[in-house]
Amino acid sequence: MQTLLPMEAVFGVASARADTPLEYLTGAGAKADATVPLTWGVLIVSIAVIVVIALLLAGAIWRRPGIAVQPVGTKLGVAQEEGGANWLWIGVGISSIVLLATVVWTMAVLAEVSRPATKPAVTIEITGKQWWWQVRYLSDDPARVFTTANEIHIPAGQPVKFILVGGDVIHSFWVPALGGKTDLIPGQTNETWLEARAPGTYRGQCTEYCGVEHAHMGLVVVAQAPADFRAWWAHQLQSPAANANGQVAAGMYDFNVHCGSCHAVRGTDAAGSLGPDLSHLMTRGTIAAGILPNRGDALARFIEDPQALKPGILMQKPELSQAELTDIRAYLATLN
Amino acid sequence: MVERTPIASALPVGAIDTRATGWWAMIFVIFTEASLFAYLLFSYFYLAVQPHTAGTFPEGGTPSLDLALPNTIILLLSSVAVAWAQLNIEKNDKRHLVWGLGIAAVLGMAFLVVQYFEWAQKPFGLASSTYSSLYFTITGFHMAHVVVGVLVLWALFFWSAKGYFNRVRYAHIHIGGLYWHFVDAVWLAVFFTFYITPLLGMRA
Amino acid sequence: MSTAGYERVPTVAVESGIEAERLRRIWETEPGLFGWFATVDHKKIGIRYIVTAFAFLIAGGVEALIFRLQLAWPDRHLLSPEQYDQLFSTHGMTMIFLYAGPVLSGFSNYLWPLLLGARDMALPRLNALSYWIYLAAGIFLYAAFALGFGPNDGWFNYVPYAARAYNGGPNIDFYALGIILLGISTTVGSINFVVTFLRLRAPGMSINRVPILVWGTLTASAANIFAIPAVSLAFFLLWMDRNLGTHFFDVPTGGSALLWQHLFWMFGHPWVYAIVLPAMGMVSDGLPVFCRRPLVGYTVVALATVATMVLGFGVWVHHMFATGLPSVSLSFFSAASIIIAVPSAVGVFAWIATIWTGRPVFTTPFLFFASFIVLFTIGGVSGYMTGSLPVDWQLTDTYFVVAHIHYVLIGINVFPVAGAIYFWFPKFTGRMLDERLGRWNFWTMFVGFNLGFFPMHISGLLGMPRRVYTFADGMGWDWLNLVTTLGSFVFAVGVLLLIVNVVKSYRDGAPAGDNPWDAPTLEWATSSPPPPYNFVVIPTVQSRHPLWEDRLGSDGSTPHAGLALDHGKETVGTTPVDAMPDIILRMPKDTLTPLILAAALLALFTGLAFHAWWLVTLAVIAAAVDIFIWLWPERALGETAEPATDG
Repeated sequence: MQTLLPMEAVFGVASARADTPLEYLTGAGAKADATVPLTWGVLIVSIAVIVVIALLLAGAIWRRPGIAVQPVGTKLGVAQEEGGANWLWIGVGISSIVLLATVVWTMAVLAEVSRPATKPAVTIEITGKQWWWQVRYLSDDPARVFTTANEIHIPAGQPVKFILVGGDVIHSFWVPALGGKTDLIPGQTNETWLEARAPGTYRGQCTEYCGVEHAHMGLVVVAQAPADFRAWWAHQLQSPAANANGQVAAGMYDFNVHCGSCHAVRGTDAAGSLGPDLSHLMTRGTIAAGILPNRGDALARFIEDPQALKPGILMQKPELSQAELTDIRAYLATLN
Repeated sequence: MVERTPIASALPVGAIDTRATGWWAMIFVIFTEASLFAYLLFSYFYLAVQPHTAGTFPEGGTPSLDLALPNTIILLLSSVAVAWAQLNIEKNDKRHLVWGLGIAAVLGMAFLVVQYFEWAQKPFGLASSTYSSLYFTITGFHMAHVVVGVLVLWALFFWSAKGYFNRVRYAHIHIGGLYWHFVDAVWLAVFFTFYITPLLGMRA
Repeated sequence: MSTAGYERVPTVAVESGIEAERLRRIWETEPGLFGWFATVDHKKIGIRYIVTAFAFLIAGGVEALIFRLQLAWPDRHLLSPEQYDQLFSTHGMTMIFLYAGPVLSGFSNYLWPLLLGARDMALPRLNALSYWIYLAAGIFLYAAFALGFGPNDGWFNYVPYAARAYNGGPNIDFYALGIILLGISTTVGSINFVVTFLRLRAPGMSINRVPILVWGTLTASAANIFAIPAVSLAFFLLWMDRNLGTHFFDVPTGGSALLWQHLFWMFGHPWVYAIVLPAMGMVSDGLPVFCRRPLVGYTVVALATVATMVLGFGVWVHHMFATGLPSVSLSFFSAASIIIAVPSAVGVFAWIATIWTGRPVFTTPFLFFASFIVLFTIGGVSGYMTGSLPVDWQLTDTYFVVAHIHYVLIGINVFPVAGAIYFWFPKFTGRMLDERLGRWNFWTMFVGFNLGFFPMHISGLLGMPRRVYTFADGMGWDWLNLVTTLGSFVFAVGVLLLIVNVVKSYRDGAPAGDNPWDAPTLEWATSSPPPPYNFVVIPTVQSRHPLWEDRLGSDGSTPHAGLALDHGKETVGTTPVDAMPDIILRMPKDTLTPLILAAALLALFTGLAFHAWWLVTLAVIAAAVDIFIWLWPERALGETAEPATDG
């Protein structure tokens, strides 16, 4: 039974997150529910310590009239008042108790977040790439395995296991609303789990410096009601329908020729894996790893000159005529 | 009650035994170089416990002791020679000091020659694999220290032959000897790591 | 062993003008170019360290101001990502390696022999070497940066991004080789401090009587001796991977990306204590002067200094909390990272107690030393927060950590250094810094620093990641970044005021005299600036506060009477714990061998950088010959069978 934490009661989860999507002083999932109180706890202790020390310092400085700056070389008195040592015993004593309590609380929270309460419903394998996320949904049934990119759907109210694979350099997978971050490191496989309490959209970000476009390696987690999630999964498995429209067919041809060596669209000749899988691209809310909204002319602008929006990424400005670009846009618009 | 520090009795002058600042400096040089080898061997053990295909760590199987074991003895003997040299100068025997240093230097050079042959016989090169990178780098670092040590021994040989040192003033011998014994001790650790631990089961 | 035939009974004398003149002729550095390049005088070397470190502070600061302009507002295009990446990486490298450690080495170098009652450091030529190598490494690293090949993978340089596959240019090679070269300087400098501590203290200065600055630097130096090889090795193995095809960090062929992190942080964590403990020692020694009483809890503060460093070797994995290591081992490091705050608490309460039970004197150094206590606390608690593992999984790699590191680095290094400049400038130069300008300096730095860096705690808690060249609007970070940028410029003005005060007062500051602050320790018993030989006679010491004994009701120290040791360049060697004299040490004269060795090493590393193996070979030979000459047994140093001649 989850109850709203104080911060959320005051601000409301949705509004807190709308203006500050990557904050983690409120949580929207099981791991956050365990961690947020501890975060507030150590934050409040810290603020209290700063205030107490500042007050003690002020008291120490101003409790007696001080001495103004003297002429150079003036000999002033020297005293050695007793009782100084008590400060040490009391101050260090209290500090030690607080520190010890923090260690105990930390270990308790650690135990809670180490594994989910129930067995994960879904396992998703994430591979970190410069500068996007390859997302593969795993299943015991090979026919149900599929690949997508950058936007991750999960069933709300159920734990989801993530297998984190390092694809090139070190990246870090972080969805602050749902839990802490875990690195994707080449040569080892890390695991984590997340659970969203309720349906919603949660932003994430790569948080390990990974090269020139580290700043633009975002991601989005969409939590859906379990029935909606299953429907989404089923839809992702489908290939795009054959389309009689001439422009779309031309666009598909151009796409396969010019883009297919890096990008894949399920069930077509485009089968590249150097770049994000674009099957069902139009169902995604953002493009280019979470940095552009997938509406208006954002996609067109990105394709025309990716380097202008994300300088340094592997996708170069394509050498395409306006006609080819228009055709490809028409084709991509059908990838629902 | 004030206790006064006594001063003004006779004090020796100069660089003498463990009161020489150079001796203390060498102690800490040894600490830092020992740390370097500790981190090198840490890297070996850390990489050793990563997953490897069977038979690749050590690459080419457990390294043979045919050259390494006699070479270890050669190095140990050279340390004995240095210790003997120092015992001699403590008795003011300058001649045997020089002999001891010369023998130690020659034995050190013999170590280098034998190690060179061992390197040449390896079926892998520096860039072949993780294991080979470790092998040549760690034994290479040690060899570099031996080279420095041999140069130090020849310098000491030269200065001793010129009669610079006696039973009171031989700080250079003491300090240089300390370094040479350290190089020997490091070899024992390197030898144990590369040649003995695979025999104890630490291999892929 | 019997040292008969090599002994003498040293004269005990009272200071006199004739003695002073005799010693001046023995110790003074030759004027002119030779003297400038060949000097082994620790005071000159100390000043060089401080000046050079400040040059790097300014360089690193300018780099930061530039990228703060880029980050002042969302989606700015002042810098390309590559430019930003080189700027933030070079900023980190500069501040952490080329400023923070060396500035403290500089102060310690200048002050230690004066604090300890000695005529120089234990190994004067090695001292000169450590400076020249520092300068060479700084030039090497900045030449690369100036040519557009500065480091671009952060100061921490993680693989695989630092590997040749992802970083094909020479940037990382220059960075790696430069840091290895610098490590030689830091290592030999550290050895010098440790040996000086063990062997060169004045008679009677037992280890419970040395100033806390000495404890701080000693602890840092001992730690460096064990820690620096880790980073030097890491960079060397990386250089080998990148240039010789080895496979230490190369994952596809059996190497390990995490091995880099372990080696780096096994050095990195002790290093961050090494760059603050001496500064904390400066406060522990300076603050009591302006409270008119000895430090409260000297013994526990000294022990806490050592304890912090020892514990500091056991927490390095807290930089790796997100790497997926087993929770069991991570939880040990989490607990240790929280508990390490205990010895820090000792310091904070000792300083507050000293002020509380003392009478504050409101000088500029007092302002810096007192405000440091609050900044230390803020930096400390943000560290405490990141120590809690589940909390760190949110905080790490956000601006919260950037706030933490700057509160500890600027709060616990720069502010004490500023206070130390106000405190000891009169001793170094014989002139006082301007007090009024000092207040402007302090307040500008204090306000600017907090304005600049406090908001980072908030932007971090709101999820702003580190090491990003730009950020989007609508994340809630806009105003915070603007305030930070403004604050950083105010802080820069504050630092500028410090430099203005130094330059101005160097020429026309009020004369200081020997002891302008009526302070208790030995450096204030000699002239300002001190003569080349520091003390006319070696003081004897019977307490921690030799110059306050008359007012504290103890006595026995004789700052102006003791061993004359004027038969050449001499000082007294004493036993490690109780400082009983046991030998007369002969000190080397000025020589070019350290400079030449540093030049040979620079050539060696340049050769490695450009794969010019002929240069490498020549440099090695030059270095070997130089060392051979350097170590040639010298009669004057008492290294040979002949008794040393009078100098």
